[in-house]
Formats: sequence, structure tokens, C-alpha cells
Amino acid sequence: MSLDFLVFICVAYVALLFAVAFWADKRAERGKSGWLRSPMIYTLSLSIYCTAWTFYGAVGYAARSGLEFVTIYLGPTLVMVGWWALLRRLVRIGRTQRVTSIADLISSRYGKSNGLGVLVTVLAVVGTTPYIALQLQSVTLSFNAFSVDSFTIRGDGGNSPALQQTALVIAAGLALFTIVFGTRNLDANERHHGVVIAIAVEAVVKLVALLAVGIFVVFVVAGGVGPTFDAINASPISEWQTGADRWATLIFLSAAAFLCLPRMFQVLVVENSDEAHLATASWAFPMYLFLMSLFVVPIAVIGLSVMPEGSNPDLFVLSIPLAFDRDILAMLAFLGGFSSATSMVIVAAIAVSTMVSNHVVMPIWLNARQGGATVSGDVRNVVILSRRLSIAGLLALGYLYFVVSGGGAALAAIGLISFTGAAQVLPALMGGIFWRGATRTGAAAGLSVGFVVWLWTSFLPSFGEAGVLADSVFEHGPFGIGFLKPLALFGIEGLDPLVHSVLWSMLLNTAAFLFFSLVSLQSPLERFQGASFVNIFRYSDAPHGWSSSAIDAEDLLMMSQRLLGPEDAQLLFESMATAQGKSGYLPDVTPSFLERLERELTGSVGAATAHAMLAQITGGASISVEDMLKVADEAHQILEYSNELELKSNELEQAAGQLRDVNEKLVALSVQKDGFLSQISHELRTPMTSIRSFSEILMDGERMTSDDRQKYSQIINGEAIRLTRLLDDLLDLSVLENGQVTLNVQEDVLRVVLDRACAATERPDVKSALTINRNQALETTPLNTDSDRLTQVFINLIANAQKYCDADEPHLNIVAHSAGGRAVVDFIDNGSGVPDDKQSMIFEKFARADDHRAAGGAGLGLAICREVMKRLGGEISYLPGQVGAAFRVVLPDPHAET
Amino acid sequence: MSERRVLLIEDEPNIIEAIRFILARDGWRVDTHSDGQTAVVAVRDRAPDLVILDVMLPNRSGYDILQDLRSEDATKTLPILMLTARGQKKDRKLAEKLGVNRFMTKPFSNEEILATVRELVR
Repeated sequence: MSLDFLVFICVAYVALLFAVAFWADKRAERGKSGWLRSPMIYTLSLSIYCTAWTFYGAVGYAARSGLEFVTIYLGPTLVMVGWWALLRRLVRIGRTQRVTSIADLISSRYGKSNGLGVLVTVLAVVGTTPYIALQLQSVTLSFNAFSVDSFTIRGDGGNSPALQQTALVIAAGLALFTIVFGTRNLDANERHHGVVIAIAVEAVVKLVALLAVGIFVVFVVAGGVGPTFDAINASPISEWQTGADRWATLIFLSAAAFLCLPRMFQVLVVENSDEAHLATASWAFPMYLFLMSLFVVPIAVIGLSVMPEGSNPDLFVLSIPLAFDRDILAMLAFLGGFSSATSMVIVAAIAVSTMVSNHVVMPIWLNARQGGATVSGDVRNVVILSRRLSIAGLLALGYLYFVVSGGGAALAAIGLISFTGAAQVLPALMGGIFWRGATRTGAAAGLSVGFVVWLWTSFLPSFGEAGVLADSVFEHGPFGIGFLKPLALFGIEGLDPLVHSVLWSMLLNTAAFLFFSLVSLQSPLERFQGASFVNIFRYSDAPHGWSSSAIDAEDLLMMSQRLLGPEDAQLLFESMATAQGKSGYLPDVTPSFLERLERELTGSVGAATAHAMLAQITGGASISVEDMLKVADEAHQILEYSNELELKSNELEQAAGQLRDVNEKLVALSVQKDGFLSQISHELRTPMTSIRSFSEILMDGERMTSDDRQKYSQIINGEAIRLTRLLDDLLDLSVLENGQVTLNVQEDVLRVVLDRACAATERPDVKSALTINRNQALETTPLNTDSDRLTQVFINLIANAQKYCDADEPHLNIVAHSAGGRAVVDFIDNGSGVPDDKQSMIFEKFARADDHRAAGGAGLGLAICREVMKRLGGEISYLPGQVGAAFRVVLPDPHAET
Repeated sequence: MSERRVLLIEDEPNIIEAIRFILARDGWRVDTHSDGQTAVVAVRDRAPDLVILDVMLPNRSGYDILQDLRSEDATKTLPILMLTARGQKKDRKLAEKLGVNRFMTKPFSNEEILATVRELVR
């Protein structure tokens, strides 16, 4: 069979896989994933656990170490069957937290620490590199098995330039293959439908191939089941003794690797679409492993007996059919190995490149771009590019390891090194999902310590003595420090190197993890995430309900007191305790209690916040980013609401203040009105009393002189006039106050108006008449106003002087001038004036000086004057500090609108 | 029967004139006083059989005068007729509380005031 044909077969096979993947992706896009997401597909995808190492290496392993290879299958089987709950927990966490990789899970659990993410990523890269080298070696060897005289190729031997060249081509081909497969599109959940289907196909191919080779070996080469058993019994494999320590270590290691290997986490958790698939996988996957291991011992035993001395047992699966010239079977076996290698590389590369991209490249890129991502498409392209570069880089590293390690180590040894590296994540992972007290510092310490010990005791020695580490380091320890010898830490010699490495790395890792977790404190986010992870099942089953749990009622009370106020919270708890038939104030934390509490808290902090807070305390729910956003929204709304409330309360206060003012004014007005009514009553009744009395007297008509009769008639007449004037004044004032007055605006000159007022008040009949002094030359102010009304004001003022000026020779000075930029007229008499304490109220209604009776006024004159001036746009005020009574009239502005 | 004397404490000249006329015609001697401030002294000096007291007086309110008169032994039981042009309910209440004998609202009929005065002085 020519190499060209082999290459053709490979390319055709890959093309087929690509077609299958493409078809599956298309179906998934159309929402018809259907059976593509069946539990069987999930189970088959788990078969990437069986890599080329398992396909080829198990036989070699059995040939070298007997039944020890079984441990590699026992570990995962124990996990799948015995610790099903753990897987379910991981899958649930992966889904609720939208975990994209094991690095993401660790980072997320420990407070979204990217530092931890980077640490796990580095561990994954370093741990995956030998494994990829292993696949390269397998495929390379299997290629060469066809092309050269493969029987002489020794497992620990040749790493010829020709092999390296083949490996380089294969590495490049795998890189291309993975890039095309794994980064065709970006899925938010990091799920790759097409890839999973392709892997399932490969899983079938490798199982069928191995079974076919096994059947061929047992029934054709060995001649049946009986002879095969005879051969096994006769071979040294059946007598192989394996130390219990090595068995236990290997089982533990393979179980840990099954959980922690990046590629296993990818298919187990990230690609899982339904938790229920685990139920099927829990029996189907061990079954698959059983079938994969069924013919390992027969092939190894028969191979050892029929193949020439020195043949590489790692290649028996391929070399036996070839030795018997079964080309088709050999081709099938080759494809099986090829499938094992490619499926592992594809998934591992996808998983690790996701980590590298998410935890290393993207943070650096986003940091470098201070402005942050502006266009989402921009970021998308960067993500895809970084994934592709990571894949290429990872395969390059694998190739480099292959070249540097010289392909010297047996396949199985390389696999175990990788397993041990992956297992370093185990303490942080287990602690993270089962122990709320696990802290970021603890995880970082454990991972770092485990990583360093693993590098020192397992990874670096894997390059062989004089590989990376010098001989002297192995013999005497670094710098001659004996107890740091890579294969005999702390002076404990004689342990199997693997057991030694696993023991120390896991021991120190776990110790550091526990110690630093206990002595360090959690950040709030860590606490939050820790609770979400550890209690993932508490109520992610029923997102809005609460299930009972061992929550401390006191914690809840403390929180509630802060939210509801101490008294209310205490009351609530007491009433709930009473309802449960308990004494005291701490009720049992039952689901109904939690629901009630959530309702109560919702009232004060909002639904999302209440749920999140209860979730945090009870450690029940997983709090997603959406939940946090809801909380933030709610807080914002509450803030806005309280701002609004404050605003409203301020407005209300203002309104209340205004109401108070208005009310005070109303009360004052009411008092004023009462006073006014009382005054009017008095002013009306007084003249009416006189009128009534005297009219009755006149009606009696007896014993009365005509003088008396005359006198009384005059009194009646005078009082009637007084009444009329009062009514006139009241009506006038009422009209003025209500603003119903119509002004008769016309142009005039001050002098003319004053002349009219003087003429109207002239009383030639009164002897001691008031002398009015004017300087008419100054009275030139032009007026544009209701001059009748202005005349009324002037008349009032002159009449007041006539009534009240108590000087022997009363006179009134009327002075026109300007003050404060306005034309004013002052009326100043030479009487005793208005007492200081009365000056402020003389413009009020009925506010008269006491001896008003003599004057005979109604007490409304000045009130009317004030109203008139207000209407005219002028002013009237008392001018204190003059000789006698003094009034100033500020004339209306002739240019102002009236 | 000696001459019966009324002290009229009022500041409105026309009303003084009217009441004086009415009572004088009935045989009363009417003294008048127009100032609130000195009214109590005037009552003490004149020792009338009856006081007719206006509420709104210059310088002092009729209520204050009433209160003073009722607090003095000599005038404790002196018949007092109060006249007011306000005549609101609370005014009447206040006056009765202070111990007035009669409270009349202006304007009154001549008949009415004469009958009241006669009734108060027996």
C-alpha cells in the first residue's frame, strides 16, 4: 500500500468528518438538533478519553506492564458509575454559570479571578502539550508502519529526521483541521454541534477498528477463544505483579484526569446539552471502555508471541494485520488510531484555545485597547483570530515536545505525565464545588504548588536524563540540595516515579489549598460564587421556590433586621415561629418561611434584590449576571423612586407651607372681615339709632317747641346723609377692591386737578376755614389718568385736613415736586398730625383717630384713597416727621399703561 | 319718691340727645359722660340709680368699665343697661358673663328703652 494512498484515505476521511460536522451544524442552526443531541452521541463524545494512547498504547502497556492498563479504564468507570452525582453537579454548575472551560469554572468559582484562570490555562497548556506530542507520535509511527519496515521501530528508539518531518506535516494538518472545525463559528455557550457529531463518528470508527483487530487476532491468528486463553495463561502477563500503591495511584489519577483534563471537561460539561444524558452515559460509557479494553490483553499476548523480537508493542494493533497482509484491516486499524488522535487533538485544542483566548489573549488585548471594544464585530474577529493562533501555537508546542523529548518515552508514560498535570486542578475543583470555605488564595496556592511539584518531579524528568535537567540534578538534587531531587523529594527514595510524583504533587497541592483557604478571607464575590457553586442543587431545580436547608435562622434575622428595621423583623420572625408552634423568635427555616420572608423583603428592596440576598444567605441559588443586573436595575429604580419621593415630599412641604400661609391669611382675613362687618354694623346702626329715636319723638308730637322740632329734624336729616355717604363709600371701596372700577383715562395737568379739588372743598360758610397754600408754577406735571378719581383723592386729603387739623390757624401746604424720579404731591398741614402708633393703620377701613365723631366721617376715606391710587398706578403714603399730618401722593406715571 | 337718676355713658351726641329727651320726659334726671377712661370715677361720684353704658367708647371699652364696676362693692348690684351698635351674639354673651342687667342693640325703640329703664329701677 503506497503512502500516497494512505494520505488520500486520510484526507477523504477528514473530508467525510467535515461533511458530517457541517451537516450537523446546519441542522442545529435550523433548530433540528434532534437525535444529534441524543444521550448516545453524548456518550460517544466522551470517548475522546480513549486517545491514540488507548488505541495503540494500551496494548503496549499490557505487553510491558500486564493488567495495569486496566486502571486507566477503571478510574473513569468509577467516576461514571460511582460518582454520578458529582458529574451532575459539574454539569449543572457548567450550565447555570455558563462555564466555557475548566479554567473558567475555577476562575468563576473563586470570585471571577482571572489570575486563577491564567494559572489553570498555563497548567492546561503545559499538561496538554505532551499529550498532543503523544498523538503526533502515534500517528507518525502508524504512518511509518505502512511506509517503512516498521517491525524494527522500537518504542524507545528512533526519532529520525524522517519521522520528525512526518510529525510536522501531521501537526500542521491537525492544526488546520482543528481551526476549520473548531473556530468556524462562535457560540455563546462554546458548544460545537458539528464537532461533537464528528467525534461520535470517530468514536464508532475506533471501536469498530479495535474490535475488528481483536476478533482477527483471537479467531484468525490465535485460532479461537480457547487457544487465546491458553496463550494468555502461558504469557508472563498473567504473572505480572503490580504493587497496590501503583494501582491505587493509577486509578485515582485516571479518575482525576477524567474530570480535570481540559478536553474531558469540554465534552463532559461544556458540550453537554442535557443533564439526563449523564444517566445514559453512566452505564454506556463504561460499556464502551469495556469493549475498548476487551481485546487489549489478547492482542498484546498474541502480538508478543507472533511478532518478531523487538517489535514495538505500541503498534501491535496496526502491525499484526500488516504482518498478516490484511491491508483492509490494517487500514481500518490505522483509521481507528487516526480517529483517536484527531478527535483528542481537536477537542483538546478547542478547549485549551478557548482558555488561552479567554484568559490570556482577550484580557491583554482589551487592556491594550484602553478605549475598550467599540464594535462587537471587531471583538468577534479578534476572538476567532486568537483562538486560531492558540490552536496553531498549541500544536506547535506539541510538535516541539515531540522533537525535544525525542519520542523517547513510551506512549503510556507520556499520557500519565499529562494526567498528573491535569489532576493538579482537582483539589481546587472539588474544594470549589463542595466547600464554601475554599478561597481564591487557597486555590492559587494549591495550584501553584501542585504545578511546580509536577513540573519538577514529572514533566521535566520526562525529557529523559540529560534532557532538560542535568544528570547531576537527578543524582544530587538542584544545587546539590539532596531532598529536592526530582525523583526522590524530601529524601524518600525507592518510590515508583509516577507514584512519587502523584503523591507529592497532590499532597502538597491539597495541603497548600486547605491551609491557605483556612487562613485567608473570601471577597464578597467569592463568598457569593462559593455559595452558588456549593449549593447548586438547592433550588436551581425550582428557580422560584425555596427548599429547606440548614440555613441559620439567625443569619436571616440579622439581614432582615437591616432591611425591615429591628422591630418589624423581630415581629415577623416571632409570628412565623409561633405559626410553626415554636417558642422564641427563631422559626425553622422551612420553604414556606423563606417564601414568606422573600415576599416581605421584596416589599422593601424589590424582588430581584430580595431573591439575590436570600440566595446569598441560604447559599441556594446560582446568581447569574442577569440576576445581578436585575438587582442593579432595581436598586436604580428604588433610588429614583426615593428621589422622586423626596422631591414629592419637598413639594408637599412647600404646598403645606403655602397652605399654612394662605390659611393664616384667611384667618387674618376672616378676623378682618368680622371686624369689618362689626364696624359696618356699628357705623350703620349709630345713625339709625338717632334717626329712629328722633323720628319716634317727632311722631309723639307732644310737648315740643318748634325749635326742638326743627333741631330734631335736622339731626334726622344729617344722620340720613351720613348713612348715605357711608353706603356710597362702602360701595365705592367694594368696587375698587374688586377691581371692577372702570377708569376714565384722559390727559390733564396737575394744576387743573388740584384746582378742582380745592373748589370742591371750599366752605365759605365756615369761619375758621383751612388756608391752602399752593405754588401753582410747580404744578405743571402732565397727567394721563382718570383725573376724576385723582380729584377724589385730593378732595379726601383736603377734607381730612379740614376735619382734623387742630391748629388755631389751620393751613395746608400742597407742594408739587419730584422724589425718587417720580412726580409727587405732598399735603402737609400744621395740626398735631397722626400719632406715631396710628400712622401704620390710617389707611385701613374705619381706622380713624378717636375723636372722629366731631369730624363726621365714615372712616373709609383714606382706605378709598389708597385703593384709588393703586388702581391709577400711583401711591399714597403717610409722610412722618412733618409739622402736622402729612400725606404724599405719588402721581401715576403718565407713560405707564393703566 | 326722690328723683331717679340715670348716668348715660355714651359718646355719640345725637344718641345722647335722644335718650336724654326720652328719659327726661318720663321724669328721669339724666347725667351724661362721654369718656371711657374716666367713666368708673364718674359712676362712683354720681352714684346713679342706673347706668346706661355704651360699648364703643373713646379710650376705654364698655366691657372693661362693666368689669370694674362689678368688682367694686358700691356698684356690685347697680343696675346697668348696656347699649351696643354691634349686637353680635358673642358681645351679648360677654356682657352677660360680666354681670350686665340688660343688653340692648341699637337702634332701639323709645318705648323699649323706657320700659327697660323703668323695669331696672323699681
